[in-house]
Amino acid sequence: MTQLVTGKKTRFATAWLGGCSGCHMSLLDLDERLIELFQAADLLYSPIADIKEFPRQVDVTLVEGAVANVDHLELARQIRERSHIVVSFGDCAVTGNVTSLRNRLEVDDLLSMVYREGPGREPRGREGDGILPALIPRVLPLHQVIAVDAFIPGCPPDPDTIWEAVSALLHGAPVRLKQEMRYFG
Amino acid sequence: MNRPELQAMGERERERQQSYRCRLLCCASTPCLSSGATAVIEALKQFVKEQELDADVLVTATGCMGPCSRGPLVTVQTRDLEDVVYEHVTPELARDIALAHAAPEPRALERNLLAADSPFFAKQKKVVLSNSGLIDPERLECYVARGGYGALANALREMTPVEVCEAITRSGLRGRGGAGYPTGLKWDLVRKAPGTRKFVIANGDEGDPGAYMDRTLMESDPHRVLEGMAIAGYAVGAEQGYIYVRGEYPIAAKRLENAIRMAERRGLLGGRVLDSSFSFRIDIRIGAGAFVCGEETALMASVMGRRGQPSPRPPYPAQSGLWGMPTLINNVETFGNIAPIIDNGAEWYAAIGTDKSKGTKIFALAGTVATTGLIEVPMGISLREIIFDIGGGIPNGRAFKAAQTGGPSGGCIPAEHLDTPVDYDSLRRLGSIMGSGGLVVMDDTSCMPDVAKFFMEFCMDESCGKCVPCRVGTVQLHRLLEHITNGSATPRDMETLEELCVMMQETSLCGLGQSAPNPLLSTLRYFREEYQAHILERTCPAGKCTMDHVPPLEQGAELQRRSRSTTSDSEVS
Amino acid sequence: MSVVTLHINDELVSARSDQKLLEVIREQGIDIPTLCHLEGVSDLGGCRLCLVEVQGSSKLLAACVTPVQEGMSVYTHSERLVRYRRMILELLLSERTHTCAVCVTNGHCELQYEAAELGVDHVRYEYLAPQLHLDASHARFTLDHNRCILCQRCVRVCDEVEGAHTLDIMGRGANGRVITGLNRPWGECVSCTSCGKCVQVCPTGALFFKGSSVGEMEKRHAFLSWILNGRERKEWQW
Ligand SMILES: Cc1cc2nc3c(=O)[nH]c(=O)nc-3n(C[C@H](O)[C@H](O)[C@H](O)COP(=O)(O)O)c2cc1C
Ligand code: SF4
Ligand code: SF4
Ligand code: SF4
Ligand code: FES
Repeated sequence: MTQLVTGKKTRFATAWLGGCSGCHMSLLDLDERLIELFQAADLLYSPIADIKEFPRQVDVTLVEGAVANVDHLELARQIRERSHIVVSFGDCAVTGNVTSLRNRLEVDDLLSMVYREGPGREPRGREGDGILPALIPRVLPLHQVIAVDAFIPGCPPDPDTIWEAVSALLHGAPVRLKQEMRYFG
Repeated sequence: MNRPELQAMGERERERQQSYRCRLLCCASTPCLSSGATAVIEALKQFVKEQELDADVLVTATGCMGPCSRGPLVTVQTRDLEDVVYEHVTPELARDIALAHAAPEPRALERNLLAADSPFFAKQKKVVLSNSGLIDPERLECYVARGGYGALANALREMTPVEVCEAITRSGLRGRGGAGYPTGLKWDLVRKAPGTRKFVIANGDEGDPGAYMDRTLMESDPHRVLEGMAIAGYAVGAEQGYIYVRGEYPIAAKRLENAIRMAERRGLLGGRVLDSSFSFRIDIRIGAGAFVCGEETALMASVMGRRGQPSPRPPYPAQSGLWGMPTLINNVETFGNIAPIIDNGAEWYAAIGTDKSKGTKIFALAGTVATTGLIEVPMGISLREIIFDIGGGIPNGRAFKAAQTGGPSGGCIPAEHLDTPVDYDSLRRLGSIMGSGGLVVMDDTSCMPDVAKFFMEFCMDESCGKCVPCRVGTVQLHRLLEHITNGSATPRDMETLEELCVMMQETSLCGLGQSAPNPLLSTLRYFREEYQAHILERTCPAGKCTMDHVPPLEQGAELQRRSRSTTSDSEVS
Repeated sequence: MSVVTLHINDELVSARSDQKLLEVIREQGIDIPTLCHLEGVSDLGGCRLCLVEVQGSSKLLAACVTPVQEGMSVYTHSERLVRYRRMILELLLSERTHTCAVCVTNGHCELQYEAAELGVDHVRYEYLAPQLHLDASHARFTLDHNRCILCQRCVRVCDEVEGAHTLDIMGRGANGRVITGLNRPWGECVSCTSCGKCVQVCPTGALFFKGSSVGEMEKRHAFLSWILNGRERKEWQW
């Protein structure tokens, strides 16, 4: 199965923002369906493929993780500009989830508690010192930063859920998850 | 006391008042008190004492006279002279006034005069406030001298409860608490409702920011409210009434309490009113500072000592109100209309106003207009007349932008609709409401999204929290307005905002949540381009908003800009 | 008790005149979401999920508190109702901190279930994420305000069934909080009988047994009908 209606292979990407990479692990748990996936799609960008630049033209991009720092903002902007369909992939992208629990603290207090005064006493400079990307004041779900076309909830989403969504997308169909696949958490 | 005794009491008091050469009436309502009326009254009393004029000059502390921003106000009634009103009276000026008017050849001063024929007075029609500013609210005799309790005596003797309800229905009176429900109809529902006991409640919670119509009525003419309630009690078959007074109105509560005691002592309230078989007691309940307690079901919960939180209707209070009994609940101003209707007839009343909105309405005129204060106007008067004739127009050479009616449940009316007649239905067509009578005038320095934010913040703070759409919806709408006014909103926020407004209107449990989006929607209706300027151009046309935030996607550039500027700061230091 | 007839989604049905719409709708096998409603205690009409359209009424009415009436015509799933129900769930999810992945009731939560059922796959409103406390002073139970949806089920069951009235709501609007005693730590409240009814009826992870870890807290409120049937009808079978 799994050919795009156009007959061409789907230009496919996945991205990793503020998340634990669990969603990507779950993606890998597609197991033998991975073969089907990559018969139908070319993987143009992904944390599991060493590609530095987000490519110019992508059909479908799955985005794991919430938007937490300025690099995420920039990548999110590129993803939106260069992808036909953007999918929030997993609870962190969809809701902010665990990544957003830091919203209870001011960025500066957070850095002090964790780094400047934390157990490791990491020598960290000020925000935006050019070494690490500056944290934005509040972690945001992806759709509050850019327009998002489809959502796959779950922490992480079950491989079956991922497949349900991805195979629909490969067919150019809208993502319509069954109820048991729609749970947050 | 019976009817002839009541008439005799009035006659005695009138004679007493006419025996004075000159009466100095000094407003002792909250606005004048806060601008120094106490010292003025003291000075006048001192003067009378010094000059030994006790038999010739009477100093009376009265209720509100209207042009509150010009207080303290003193009205002088002198034999053989026209009544005159002085504004901004100081204790020194008060002595001069007394000296001039109490002189053997009395004359009016040239200074601080408020012309009686000025449009401020000429365009008003005082029905509910007919005694306000002319009587001492603490003396029952003063009220009786102006015909007070005559309507009650008349109703008890000459009319059946059915006839009273019919008269109110024919008068066309509609509720003054906001929604404008026909009062006669409501009374008839309660009258017909089966129940062993019934109750009457006067709603004096008045929570709209800036509104003080009900406070003024309760402070200036408390017996008027009591009489209206007693007539209602007779008409619907209730023997117990409650006045729910907002906790922030201690003077109103004190004067009402005093009035109830005096009326009971004279047999005008309590057991066997005016020697009839009708008994009616009134008790006061003090609110504890929640806007939502003005909503009738929440108010009743509060009267019963429960958490002041609305409950779903039906059942309506008319069927099942206090302790499950049929209950009539009307606004204080609604009750203020009753005695004049019974006195002068339903037809007299129905001749005032417009086709569907009869009588007069009290407004608290506030905001950027030359004279602010309390006014009573016939229904159907245009907004232009209220603002430019009565209010004297917009000061400081600025332009009129919008008038806000109905407070947090109402809306804004722009200049192009200034000639709309003020009545229930016209205002509703414009996307606002008559409301309880708040009227805030805004000039061109007002930013409409900012105004909407103010009212949304009010609703957010006052939401009782029982139902989700209002509890969370007000917070979310306030956030969205915050984003709009600080420059971080995106066009998508506008869609979210508008959809949420409609949803709240349709799904909230009570009137607070259902009408909380109104100020927002009405400013959107008439000033959409201002919202768009905030979002698309990130500018505030009125120059009010700081616009110091950016939309999420631009935060990166913004953070870099900031960190660069702090880096260079620290390099300097 | 007389019988009335009414239409629900254009089907003619009959009902006892003392019934509420919700009961009749459910008797028809129609699935209509609720959160504040709880069989066995009085109704609040607060969550607004059970809103229905009644022909001739300009307002949407909460089925759980609306009495049936002869000749009524009720619609339970119009486009607008379904959309509003989703929006209500979005509002609830945005109000406090619902990080299901690390929640004690993950997988057993009524809010989470309703969101999935109604297809709420993302929340368009800003997450308010207020900083709220967790009261773990009670020997057996924990109250986590961060997961509370203010449905007042716990308050009503404590008052109406247990008769203790340890729980109530303090504050107004979004500042509302479930309190124990007169806002004392729960562990210090002598009125609490530690019966655990509140925990069992709480639809979310706001109330849970101490020691539950992620996803371990499963609620059962069947006990309520058992108690009430026993008390009122002397029927004690489980
Ligand atoms: C949130 C809310 C606040 C209200 N506040 C008041 C109030 O302060 N005074 C008042 O008379 N009516 C108020 N009302 C209207 C009352 O519920 C009720 O309709 C009114 O007292 C009936 O009196 P009327 O028929 O004389 O207008 C309020 C309604 C709502 C929904
Ligand atoms: S609409 Fe607002 S004030 Fe009214 S019941 Fe709902 S939460 Fe309370
Ligand atoms: S209470 Fe329910 S919705 Fe909230 S975090 Fe826990 S599982 Fe999720
Ligand atoms: S603690 Fe649970 S039952 Fe109580 S109000 Fe909160 S969510 Fe409802
Ligand atoms: S179940 Fe009816 S309003 Fe909550």
